[in-house]
Amino acid sequence: MRSLTRRKLLNNTMTVLTGLCSLFAVASLFFILGYIFLAGVRGLSLSFLVNSPKPIGEPNSGIANAIVGSVILITLGSLIGMPVGILGGIYLSEFGSNKFGLLLRFLIDTLTGTPSIIVGVFVWTVMVRPMGHFSALSGGVALGIMMMPIVARTTEEMIRLVPHSLREAGLALGAPRWRVTLGIVLRTAASGVATGAMLAIARIAGETAPLLFTALGLNYLSTNVLGQMASLPFQIYYYAQSPYEEWHDMAWAATLVLVTMILALNIAVRVLTRNRYQQA
Amino acid sequence: MHSSGSVSPAVLPSVSEFQLRRQSEREPDAEQSTAPAKMKLENLNFYYGKTRALKDITLSIPPNQVTAFIGPSGCGKSTLLRTLNRMNDVIPGTRVEGHVELDGEDIYAPGTDVVSLRRRAGMVFQKSNPFPRSIFDNVAYGLRINNLTHSKSELAERVEASLKAAAIWDEVKDRLKESAYGLSGGQQQRLCIARALAVEPEVVLMDEPCSALDPIATQKIEELIVDLKQRYTIVIVTHNMQQAARVSDLTAFFWLGEMIEFNITEKMFTKPDKQMTEDYITGRFG
Repeated sequence: MRSLTRRKLLNNTMTVLTGLCSLFAVASLFFILGYIFLAGVRGLSLSFLVNSPKPIGEPNSGIANAIVGSVILITLGSLIGMPVGILGGIYLSEFGSNKFGLLLRFLIDTLTGTPSIIVGVFVWTVMVRPMGHFSALSGGVALGIMMMPIVARTTEEMIRLVPHSLREAGLALGAPRWRVTLGIVLRTAASGVATGAMLAIARIAGETAPLLFTALGLNYLSTNVLGQMASLPFQIYYYAQSPYEEWHDMAWAATLVLVTMILALNIAVRVLTRNRYQQA
Repeated sequence: MHSSGSVSPAVLPSVSEFQLRRQSEREPDAEQSTAPAKMKLENLNFYYGKTRALKDITLSIPPNQVTAFIGPSGCGKSTLLRTLNRMNDVIPGTRVEGHVELDGEDIYAPGTDVVSLRRRAGMVFQKSNPFPRSIFDNVAYGLRINNLTHSKSELAERVEASLKAAAIWDEVKDRLKESAYGLSGGQQQRLCIARALAVEPEVVLMDEPCSALDPIATQKIEELIVDLKQRYTIVIVTHNMQQAARVSDLTAFFWLGEMIEFNITEKMFTKPDKQMTEDYITGRFG
């Protein structure tokens, strides 16, 4: 009887303890979000979103350059990272059940874990220095390199979920392997692959370190991919470092914009995938 | 007794004579007795890694007949079926020895076009596996990838004909654009049969097509199988001995990778040649 009481007590203690820990983890998220909201909402206005930065003291300064820049940089990164990542994921799941596949998987996981600043320095060495100047293109390459392993692994996982019987059904109808892979396997996994790609976008949208060495920043609106380009994370970094109170407020507002964008992307992915599974 | 006396008993025991008799009862016009084997297996051995799953299998599958493979789980009957359209190629670490012929051509010869072989020998699987697409697109898939039709109307006609051949047209004709996943299990399996028939194979291989179905759906598919042999050569793997007795003309009994007996179904289930077959059929083991 005594041991039973003890066991129950221990059980309850541990349940409460682990519950508190997970609550603490989530609480920090809400604390961050709440703080950003309170600090950022003051500086937020329509003109903040549609105007580019103005010199200190001038009214109607904004971050339109950074929003446009981030969109362009993420698009460039996606153009590089997604095709390579998705095709790589297909290889891993469909043809990667050998030693070479195992090695590839390990290397890809290593790349996922590589600190983003190292990716930035790498791209600076191979692109920025030979070209002689910072550019949005090199920023896109850096973001693409960060996306590739994430997209490859999620694509692999999603394609693995496609039942083997569907592949056999296609092959038994006289479909060549490549048609089965693209027409049946990838198509069946499409929503999962898209989810992975969107989460990868959400992941790189906030990256600052790779852009520090590549796209750098720019204080006005530019769409020239061969020149420097603004981005939200860099703009935040730039404003936050400045000595001006006004720019600090703008940094908070820009942070709120960035966090809202990433949060919206994450929620959109969850909603889309939830609907998908309910249908099945 | 044996009109095809030169054939060893394991290959085709007195089939021709028996078929003549049966066909005179059922289909007097058919001339199956003189037709050569549609598929022929000689000393077939199959290995999963080092495990020998099939041991020296030799048998002939006659055209426009239903040939059933029976035996306990793990006896190799599904493996054997999958050697007939080289579906085992997909499984890594497997190896085939011996000959398998389709219309006299060795399908394991180097240079064989596996893709066109599988078009000639279609397959229906144990678990229905429709694609996550519309009913129409499921049946049209094989036609589209093989470029077998030249116009939209021809495609629609072939899809309709295939669905009719699989006895499911009336149930799906008003919902062709709907997802195949909305169909019941039995309907899905008949859809898969329609999909396999659409590319007009010569041989239809069925791997326990009714094992996941209720008795009513099973009955529909069994009737369908009997109908289909007018146009196709059918090989069916089944756990269900009554099913083999009902639908097949010939039955092969397998045990631990060996073919114990290959005989005319009626004879197999009434007076088999081997004691072991009788023991299995009467439920004394297995």
